Amino acid sequence: MTDDLPVRSTVTTQEQVISEEMERERTFRAAPNLNKSPLHGLWALTNRDLVKWYKNPIQLFISLIQPVVWLGLFGKAFNFTAIFSSQPGVTQSVVDALNLKTFGTTSYFSFLSAGMLAFIILFTAAFAGMSVVWDRRFGFMNKALSTPVGRGAIVTGKVFQSVIRSLIQAVIVLGIAVALGMDTTDFGVLSIAGSFVILFLMAFGLSSLFVMLALRSSDWQTQMAMINLLNLPLLFASNAMLPVSIMPSWLQSVVKFNPVSYANDGVRQMLLGSTTTLAPLWVDFSVLAAFAGLLSVLGIVLSWRFLTK
Amino acid sequence: MSQKAIVKVEGLSKVFGNLKAVDGVSFEIYEGEIFGFLGPNGAGKTTTINMLTTLLRASGGSAEVDGLDIHKHATEVRRTVGVVPQEYTADEDLTGLQNILLCADLYGIPRSDSKLHAIELLKMVELDDAAHRKVSTYSGGMRRRLELACGLINYPKLLFLDEPTLGLDVQTRTAVWKYIKMLKEEYRMTLFLTTHYLEEADSLCDRIAIIDHGHVIRIGTPSELKASIGGDVIVVGVAESEPDISDEIRKLNLIKDVKKSDHEYRIKSEVGEESSIQVIDLVRSKGLHVTKISLTKPTLDEAYLEFTGHGIREEESNKMDAFKHRVTMMRARR
Repeated sequence: MTDDLPVRSTVTTQEQVISEEMERERTFRAAPNLNKSPLHGLWALTNRDLVKWYKNPIQLFISLIQPVVWLGLFGKAFNFTAIFSSQPGVTQSVVDALNLKTFGTTSYFSFLSAGMLAFIILFTAAFAGMSVVWDRRFGFMNKALSTPVGRGAIVTGKVFQSVIRSLIQAVIVLGIAVALGMDTTDFGVLSIAGSFVILFLMAFGLSSLFVMLALRSSDWQTQMAMINLLNLPLLFASNAMLPVSIMPSWLQSVVKFNPVSYANDGVRQMLLGSTTTLAPLWVDFSVLAAFAGLLSVLGIVLSWRFLTK
Repeated sequence: MSQKAIVKVEGLSKVFGNLKAVDGVSFEIYEGEIFGFLGPNGAGKTTTINMLTTLLRASGGSAEVDGLDIHKHATEVRRTVGVVPQEYTADEDLTGLQNILLCADLYGIPRSDSKLHAIELLKMVELDDAAHRKVSTYSGGMRRRLELACGLINYPKLLFLDEPTLGLDVQTRTAVWKYIKMLKEEYRMTLFLTTHYLEEADSLCDRIAIIDHGHVIRIGTPSELKASIGGDVIVVGVAESEPDISDEIRKLNLIKDVKKSDHEYRIKSEVGEESSIQVIDLVRSKGLHVTKISLTKPTLDEAYLEFTGHGIREEESNKMDAFKHRVTMMRARR
């Protein structure tokens, strides 16, 4: 019962404060000291988009369907192991060797699972620009621009929310892949952490790219067309779904210019201990760090120029 | 009222392609007044506001807001002023309180302060009961009041209101007018509003600039603008057509013009209320009988049409603006 006393006294004080405030003459309090750092408001803007996202679980659910369909239907249907082992005179050890040589791991499904992580990030990042278009159309962008929040913070907030969303989705996709039979022999704290560093860099670079493309756009049809124009080539001209070694040589050279390939390569080396590599691990990290760094800086510079007409 | 200018605009202009949306406007806004921009659609009102609130870069001329150049000190200007845009900019998926706190964060106001201030403002616009409801459930009037509260979150010295009552019902419009008057009278705020509703300009504004085709045509108090097209009209009917007392009436104070026709005097006066009594006294002192009297004050409508002409405006538009306008009107009418 003694506990009640302090609580009750707090209530009284609050009531007093409120009544004093009401009695006071109607003038606003003196303006407080403002946070003038160029990064102020960055988290507020990021959080706004994240709240909208997690308050709408249907959106998350739908965005996960696509990779699950790829994994569960496409990944399982493409049963290379069955193709290999149906050949006359082929033993299990030969099948394993063929899988290892072609995919760098024990099955096509594991190979595809690693690729699906990059896939979900690519498709989430691609839509980072759409929220810029909607904000422009529904006036929120003008509201943000009329406040002293940094122009760079507006752009970076859009990039951050997309990065956070795509990484969370990648975690879920990885969980589903494991549940469906992805090879986990090489999983470890370091390999998983390293893979997500790689995925973070790719998400950052791609989100910056798509936000940048949307900076001046207020037309969602154009933006949709642009997303489709870029998404599929980035996906198919990479090693996300098929190994580079089986591609024609011209496509192989294209794949080498695609940052998505390096993300897949790095993730496979770490998560699956893949032996058929595109580049050494440090090259994968460097390429993606450079990609993310370049595009995010470019995005901020362009935001200074293009957000104000 | 102090006559210290808080906004100084010199030859400000904005060109979009071939279109001169704003063509060298100059005006000053004094501290503590409500200054109105009155003009037809496409006159350049919103473009001017967007330049002064640093959303658009001016193509020429200069402007200072609270002593800060709008180009050189854009960020400082944004900290000083509050903006209530024409569109409904609140995030539909967030609650009213979340929206206003988001605005506060964008201004860099510490949460310790903004939490209190947000509640104060929501109380002021009578939205405290709906603070935790999603904006998508708000009516048009509630949205407009929320926009107003958001525009005040940064303790602005100067508040810009772009068409604050566009598409609202009479009740909400009256409420918005009440808040605007309160901000001026009780919070000593300077307000700059644009409107194409004449009664709004007339009842709210201390001074009005009539703007058309990107030019400021006239600046003055509402009564000055009305007076500039001639004064109040008094019509006095007299039972007797003789004698003609036009000359005596003309000698009264404030009288600008007198015309007699048979049993009627048509008198123009600077202040109709005073003159009408004097005229009645005069007529009776001459032993004549007043049969009727009417007093007509010139409306701002007449002044406005006199200055801007009667032509209906076909506003240049594009897909984006048309979409935004539809969204605004749709949300206002909920």
